[in-house]
Amino acid sequence: MAVLTVPERTSPAPPPPRGRRTRGPRRTPPLVLAFLLVPLLAEAVWVFWPALQGFYLALTNWDGVSAPEFVGLGNFREMAHDQVFRTAAVDTVLWLVLFGGLSALLGLGAALLLQQERRGVGFYRAALFRPVVFSLVATALVWQAIYQPDGVLNQLLETVGLGSLRHAWLADQDTALYAVIVPALWRQVGYVMVLYLAGLKGIDPALYEAAKVDGAGPWQRFRHVTLPQLRGVNAVVLSVIIIDSLRSFDVVWSLTRGGPYHSSELLSTYMYSTAFQSLRLGYGSALAVVIFVLAFGVIASYLVRAFREAD
Amino acid sequence: MSATSTAVRRKRAATAGFHLGAGALAVLWLLPIALVLVTSLRSFDDIAVHGLGSWPRSFTLDNFRQAWVDGGQQRALINSLVVTIPCVLVTLALAAMAAFALSRYEVPFRRSLLLLMLGGNLLPPQILLIPVSKLSELMGVYDTLPALIGVQIGFGVGFYVFVLHGFMRAIPVEIQQAALIDGAGPWQIFRRIILPLTRPALAALSFTWIFNDLLWAITVLRSDSKMPITGALIGLQGQFVSMWNVIAAGSVIAAAPTVAVFLRFQRHFVAGLNLGAVK
Repeated sequence: MAVLTVPERTSPAPPPPRGRRTRGPRRTPPLVLAFLLVPLLAEAVWVFWPALQGFYLALTNWDGVSAPEFVGLGNFREMAHDQVFRTAAVDTVLWLVLFGGLSALLGLGAALLLQQERRGVGFYRAALFRPVVFSLVATALVWQAIYQPDGVLNQLLETVGLGSLRHAWLADQDTALYAVIVPALWRQVGYVMVLYLAGLKGIDPALYEAAKVDGAGPWQRFRHVTLPQLRGVNAVVLSVIIIDSLRSFDVVWSLTRGGPYHSSELLSTYMYSTAFQSLRLGYGSALAVVIFVLAFGVIASYLVRAFREAD
Repeated sequence: MSATSTAVRRKRAATAGFHLGAGALAVLWLLPIALVLVTSLRSFDDIAVHGLGSWPRSFTLDNFRQAWVDGGQQRALINSLVVTIPCVLVTLALAAMAAFALSRYEVPFRRSLLLLMLGGNLLPPQILLIPVSKLSELMGVYDTLPALIGVQIGFGVGFYVFVLHGFMRAIPVEIQQAALIDGAGPWQIFRRIILPLTRPALAALSFTWIFNDLLWAITVLRSDSKMPITGALIGLQGQFVSMWNVIAAGSVIAAAPTVAVFLRFQRHFVAGLNLGAVK
């Protein structure tokens, strides 16, 4: 799960004057430099250096044993004819739209429903939020039991007279992907709801009062007060769901391993099985670069915003 | 009928409607959890005969014993804690140190460094998987818990640096100056003023995050005996195919620690997810 911070709302107090005087001492003691360098080194060893290697390996053919063989853009040319890659790319887009879009909509809907402090609301919020603390693996196993041919979903369908819809949900190529999205949504909605609840709490009630006085109905208040005020949260939610969608791996891996016949394959699972099961490390790295490129826009725009706020 | 009683009635109807809608939603969300709890307490024969969705006709705690002992969950849980606890402590300590330096001193390129560190955390892990697994082989730590600890710390630290930097900027400089005048060095300022800021919010958040990870674990570990609880759960799925009673018990065991942390730090936890917003 990606966790990003919600940008600060502009506070009513004027920002402190910039300049040297408002900051700490000018000279940096060596101890302080060490404070910075140790964590930076940890991240350099485990993140920056591997990332650079990852980009290089994408240009090679490598089985992990002999030396990597440089092939230029060969891996990317191969992708153009790789049917599984195409399936995985389409599924990743579907995942982004369905998992991302629905979790944003349902999360906002739940937050709007549960925003008012009233009796029982704490219980409802906790109920929606509870799955967030489960690991995706545990979540997946719970839903696997539901989806079994003799599982709860089919028994339920039978009971309500829809027995004709009985199905091996995870084993059918037409339903596997959607069957995997549902558990992921079940877990994500509560998280998005929490983000929106905080955003809604930050809206000045006076704005609603003013809109009411002007004769705005509930829909107009939502459209012209709530939505514009939620802009900052929306941007964070958007970043979170795109990054989370592209990272999604655990739930698919636990439920279907991307199958049957790659029907629920995402780029992330295809990358993992290519690299660690087929041991095609160069091609796997190239797939990872594709994921990186897809995520890059979001990461960059988030960093730009963070950059503006960092000082 | 007076206007006020109509208003009261309408309000009551709205309240009833709210509880009906929200209640249905809550039930929908809690149902899978209830299902796994019930399944974990039923016997295999009961499930085989009556199906997963039927009303329970048996009660047994043996599933937990099977998952715990035969399924290796005991060892897996210990592995998870051995990884998670040092990771949380070290990550937060390192992040607090870096954030302290970046927010309190005129370090050259401080903004770029801050964003570089955050950017590292936002990278899709896929780009790192292959090099990290090769790196851990090179360092001779492949398939050992220290490899997992190392990568979790390295990958996580950037995010906490960014968040803590936000916290620390908000502390008035005067406090630090007063401490300086009293003769406190950077270390004392860090220990007394800054470190306590590393709130339970972040600890609860990072505990859940690391404890629930699967991808890094299966990237740097191979042996079943080294797997943390998430990897072991997947192993359990293969070992006890279609024995839903045992798999359910395993899921309950895997979820219990994070649920406990959540219940203990509920407020902090939700705050943690909203760090910027509640600051």
